[in-house]
Amino acid sequence: MSDLRDLYQEVIFDHYKHPRNFHRIEGADRVAEGYNPLCGDTIKVFLKVENGIVADVGFEGCGCAISTASASLMTEAVKGRTVAEAERLFGEFHAMITDPKEPAHHDLGKLEVLCGVKEFPTRVKCATLAWHTLHNALEGKAEPVSTE
Amino acid sequence: MSAVREKILERPETPDFACLRADFPILNQQVHGKPLVYLDNAATTQKPAEVIEAERRYYLEYNSNTHRGVHTLADRATEAYEGAREKVRGFINAAHINEIVFVRGTTEAINLVAHCFGRAFLREGDEIIVSEMEHHSNIVPWQLACEQHGAVLKVVPIDDAGEFEFENYDRLFTPRTRLVAVTHVSNALGTITPARRIVERAHAAGVPVLLDGAQAVAHGRVDVQYLDCDFYAFSGHKIYAPTGIGVLYGKSEWLERLPPYQGGGQMIRTVSFEKTEYAPSPQKYEAGTAHIAGAIGLGVALDYVSRTGLDAIASHEAGLLDYATQRAREIGGLRVIGTAKEKAGILSFVLDGVHPHDIATILDHHGVAVRAGHHCAMPVMQRYEVPATARASFALYNNRADADALVEAIRAAKEMFKR
Ligand SMILES: Cc1ncc(COP(=O)(O)O)c(C=O)c1O
Repeated sequence: MSDLRDLYQEVIFDHYKHPRNFHRIEGADRVAEGYNPLCGDTIKVFLKVENGIVADVGFEGCGCAISTASASLMTEAVKGRTVAEAERLFGEFHAMITDPKEPAHHDLGKLEVLCGVKEFPTRVKCATLAWHTLHNALEGKAEPVSTE
Repeated sequence: MSAVREKILERPETPDFACLRADFPILNQQVHGKPLVYLDNAATTQKPAEVIEAERRYYLEYNSNTHRGVHTLADRATEAYEGAREKVRGFINAAHINEIVFVRGTTEAINLVAHCFGRAFLREGDEIIVSEMEHHSNIVPWQLACEQHGAVLKVVPIDDAGEFEFENYDRLFTPRTRLVAVTHVSNALGTITPARRIVERAHAAGVPVLLDGAQAVAHGRVDVQYLDCDFYAFSGHKIYAPTGIGVLYGKSEWLERLPPYQGGGQMIRTVSFEKTEYAPSPQKYEAGTAHIAGAIGLGVALDYVSRTGLDAIASHEAGLLDYATQRAREIGGLRVIGTAKEKAGILSFVLDGVHPHDIATILDHHGVAVRAGHHCAMPVMQRYEVPATARASFALYNNRADADALVEAIRAAKEMFKR
């Protein structure tokens, strides 16, 4: 039986109320937008990639507790990592919250607070929205963000 | 008068709504260890046992295609299918049975009109009027038609309460206005629009009107002759009937003039490679084998609703909505979206600091089923500058205990997010 406390852990509330890296990045060289039509959540991920390393990352948008906390935790997790490491993290994170065969112990550090999402299939899209958007940004061709 | 109308007269003055709940077997279950409180009726309603039984009996006893006079089962199926059409006619008080077209649902009904009306009457520079509170299914088909024929969509704004702005509507008419398509009840706000006045105004300019009745038919008496609308669309599944069946009502004068929708079997009189002659309405619009079981189920559902009494249902739901709204408003930080004077049983709201999607998850854990999202009405969300709302919507089987459970669960969500 899924328990609400497994989903809404303290860390999630913390990151929902005080999201980290919650801003656009001046001079970002990659940006992607994500949208979850189911709940109307929108997100924009900004990246600065230098020598294959995520030098800076930020996000903007408006979402539920799960999607906001997930985006916030994601930015902390990928900052300073290589692009390849960031993609690997996405794969492992995705497996953690969707793959029933995946063992309960992971090596995802703080991201593991989101493992409760597995018991809430309706919320998987919320937790992965930021990651899919990051993935698109990483794949996307370098495109300077206009800073109005 | 039809059998349906006589039944309305037969029913007891005030039905016992507490007893009616037992007619819906699905409601008797637990979700996350709590009794199910189903408040997502604007999305779809539950089905009374007699509707489920009618579909079952069709498949067990007389499943057949509808070709009258070919064999016994076919006769029975045809009779039941056409019998359902007559029930629909009586239910909305259409003048003729050939004005009732069976479709998949509201969406298909509107697409049918947009497609056929567009093909016959829309030209470059023509205009179609919709309102700001339409469901996407009463926006997108018109956009497609406009794109195809070079026509333009004009939008009637709504005010802060979610009321249809009649003066602005009045001003939108030009000599190029060809059709008005407006909802009868808004699914996102609950607003009941002044449908009869809307029709009257359009007719004064010689313009036909389509009403989207998806959220209206189950919650109050609908009389298409009184409304005088040219088209009326609704879905069976929102009025206690199966999914996959719905109704397009169209005045005879229109259904005779419009070209067919899809081509195929059942909709023709004669076919040759040189020339095909179409059957008259409604067959002209019902190409292919129909959802016979669904139509039969719809007929039974309409009987059920008529027997209960639409006026009684409307006042029962209005009482519930008032009660739930009043109790919800006592919750600090809760804002009701949609405060029109005339509302059907829909309570859309947002709560400070708690996203609607989180509300829905937490409510679900209290056994309370609500919808969270944009409700296929993204322009409404933009109008109120919210990404989404949570929406509780009532049906005849809901009661005050359901409203209490809703309010308690919202309080729990608020409490959980307070830290
Ligand atoms: C106002 C309104 N119009 C149209 C529809 C579409 O109905 P359906 O999906 O049954 O075709 C709905 C259903 O959500 C609705 O609420």
